[in-house]
Amino acid sequence: MKDELQVGFVGNPNCGKTTLFNAYTGAKLKVANWPGVTVDKKEGAMKYHNHKFRLVDLPGTYSLTSYSMEEKLTRQYILEDDVDVIIDVVDASNLERNLYLTLQLIELGKPVILALNMMDIVEERGMEIDLHRLPEMLGIPVIPVSARKKKGLDILMHAVAHHNDKTLDKNLEHHHHVMGSIKGSAHLKKHHKEFTVVYSNEIEDKIDLISERLLAANPELENVRWIAIKLLEWDEEIRKKYPLDLAGIADRSYETDIINQKYDFIEEIIEEVVVNRNRKAAATDKIDQLLTNRFLGMPIFFGVMALIFFLTFSVGDALKGVFETLLEALSNAVLNFLAATGVGDLLTSLIVDGIIAGVGGILTFLPNIFILFLALAFLEDSGYMARVAYIMDGLMSKIGLSGRSFIPMLLGFGCSVPAVMASRTLENPKDRRRTIFITPFMSCSAKIPVYVLFAGMFFGKYASLAAFSMYVIGLVVGVLSAFIMHLFEKKKGHAINNLLIELPEYKAPNARSILIYVWDKVKDYLTKAGTTIFIASIVIWFILNIGPNGMVEDMSDSYGAIIGRLLTPILTPAGLGMWQIGVSLISGIAAKEIVVSSFSVLFGIANINSAEGMSSLVQILKPLGFGALNAYALMIFTLLYTPCAAAMGVIARELKSIKWTLFTFFFQLGIAWFAATLVYQLGLLFL
Amino acid sequence: MTLRDAQIGQNYIVKELNLEQVIKRRLEALGLIHGTKVQLLNQNRKGDVVFKVRGTRLAIGDRIAASIFIEEVA
Repeated sequence: MKDELQVGFVGNPNCGKTTLFNAYTGAKLKVANWPGVTVDKKEGAMKYHNHKFRLVDLPGTYSLTSYSMEEKLTRQYILEDDVDVIIDVVDASNLERNLYLTLQLIELGKPVILALNMMDIVEERGMEIDLHRLPEMLGIPVIPVSARKKKGLDILMHAVAHHNDKTLDKNLEHHHHVMGSIKGSAHLKKHHKEFTVVYSNEIEDKIDLISERLLAANPELENVRWIAIKLLEWDEEIRKKYPLDLAGIADRSYETDIINQKYDFIEEIIEEVVVNRNRKAAATDKIDQLLTNRFLGMPIFFGVMALIFFLTFSVGDALKGVFETLLEALSNAVLNFLAATGVGDLLTSLIVDGIIAGVGGILTFLPNIFILFLALAFLEDSGYMARVAYIMDGLMSKIGLSGRSFIPMLLGFGCSVPAVMASRTLENPKDRRRTIFITPFMSCSAKIPVYVLFAGMFFGKYASLAAFSMYVIGLVVGVLSAFIMHLFEKKKGHAINNLLIELPEYKAPNARSILIYVWDKVKDYLTKAGTTIFIASIVIWFILNIGPNGMVEDMSDSYGAIIGRLLTPILTPAGLGMWQIGVSLISGIAAKEIVVSSFSVLFGIANINSAEGMSSLVQILKPLGFGALNAYALMIFTLLYTPCAAAMGVIARELKSIKWTLFTFFFQLGIAWFAATLVYQLGLLFL
Repeated sequence: MTLRDAQIGQNYIVKELNLEQVIKRRLEALGLIHGTKVQLLNQNRKGDVVFKVRGTRLAIGDRIAASIFIEEVA
């Protein structure tokens, strides 16, 4: 055995392939480009017992023809690179569709191991998969795994180490009864014990004939059967490589026959190995009659979204009291401790007014964020998300996008980073660019603290309404921007890309997987509070307490004030002409919550999200000429302006164009200024 | 007739996909080819359809639906 085994991960999009790959490699990942194309090549290394493995994550693909870049790449890799074993990751809850790629992989002739992922979902749906019969019919090892729960990982690698020898005997036991029973199978050579997929007699005989000719011309040829099949399919690449005269054998392309017969075999497999599959399908159809109803579908969706935002703000607010009490206790304890140990006033100020105010203030918004992500996880896990693409397709087509683009937008209400990455599933590069462009306008969870604080301070019982209006404004601005871009592109003759999406079966959301999803987001939020916001709070404290002449008594002499004042002339028309706002908006680019943190630090308010914190801030702001209208303008500006550094990074990576990234940056800055100014000036006229 | 004019709940057999290569290949990989059985599940006002094919549900836009030629199953 070689001292290092190269293992390729192949699978359909959304089968959990990357999750499984990450479960092995963790953060130790090497990302490069595949030669000649801009598709990421992810590689990782691992050790299991005494074996070294090199793992390669291939792009998600539905088949191995040579029409898309992903397909060509995967095929090329398996055929030419020295991959030892292929792990075919399969979504067990969608076996029928996933097995098509599996059959193609097996035909390629390299050792294949089936990693049967998402078995937990299969069980939840009350279905069962016969794990003895499946490997018998496929002739390859089948290992049930759960990528999310990290189950079965060792067994899978164990199988890889043992299965890298392709001369290993297969234990094939299947009959292709759909194409005539095994007795009636009358192709010249009996292939049922040899090959997983055996075609009709007509095609089998043609394969044998072509194989003979191929071998006659080139006795060294490996994997003759696959080449013969590809020649029968009239595969362009293979026909060029093996220019055989097929007159009399294949005067036409047998591609549809071959696809059909593969699917016939898959139907046979499903019939034999999947138990209880129709019951849940019927339930899904019933639910869909309501949720995707042509009249009710959209009102129901808007109702669901309204409920989510209502819960985010109302229940979140009810829970925040607990956090506030904790924060106050902590703040007091630290204050007492610092006083007792005789630490100087300056350090006390840095810790209490800088760090605890800045970071702690942000932590009190955790309940709101928790509820929002809980709701989004529910939408994703239940299978409703894909329906939203169908429901919204009509509206989205009016702005030149397909309903699929709505999924990244919806995810954008949580966080722009995964939302922008989700736009990858859009095939058309122009659609992708436009979707990436408008996704940051969807108000992300990091902006919630800004709304909760400023709406809470100035809008009294209408606070929720003011916050909710931000979501509507974001959506409207996003839709309008997309529409304007659409008009420009339509002139250049850009056709609307039509919808094409799979609707999975509904399932009761799994508490565990939802908790994993939400915990991930909460962890991100806590990490952000502990790193970005922590550091930003310290930096803000320093620039506000140090000026050109050293430590300052009055913050308006500090460096921060000097920087902030540079922006006041620009921000004045928008009602934001205070140096403090300039400072907080600049620091908000690091992370949007920092707009709130910097207010805490600026005005020395320890517990900004509490009733007392808010009222004392109002007492400070009112005399400065900052009222409800200014607060609303600030909310709009925060909603629309340049996304945070993390989001900009992802946008730059996904757009792969400096020009478009800069365009996004400045366009959003411009829109934010314009919208805030418009609202402020109109408000001045009417109020 | 095309999938766009299909009746909800009815079964059909695919006759021809009159589509640009990229989408055609995608649908073929999903198992939608000449001779495949499909069942129409839903249709919205724009003309997008949801149908069942080989055990999965696909939602496709009106333009694609109007390019998939089908025949009713007796």
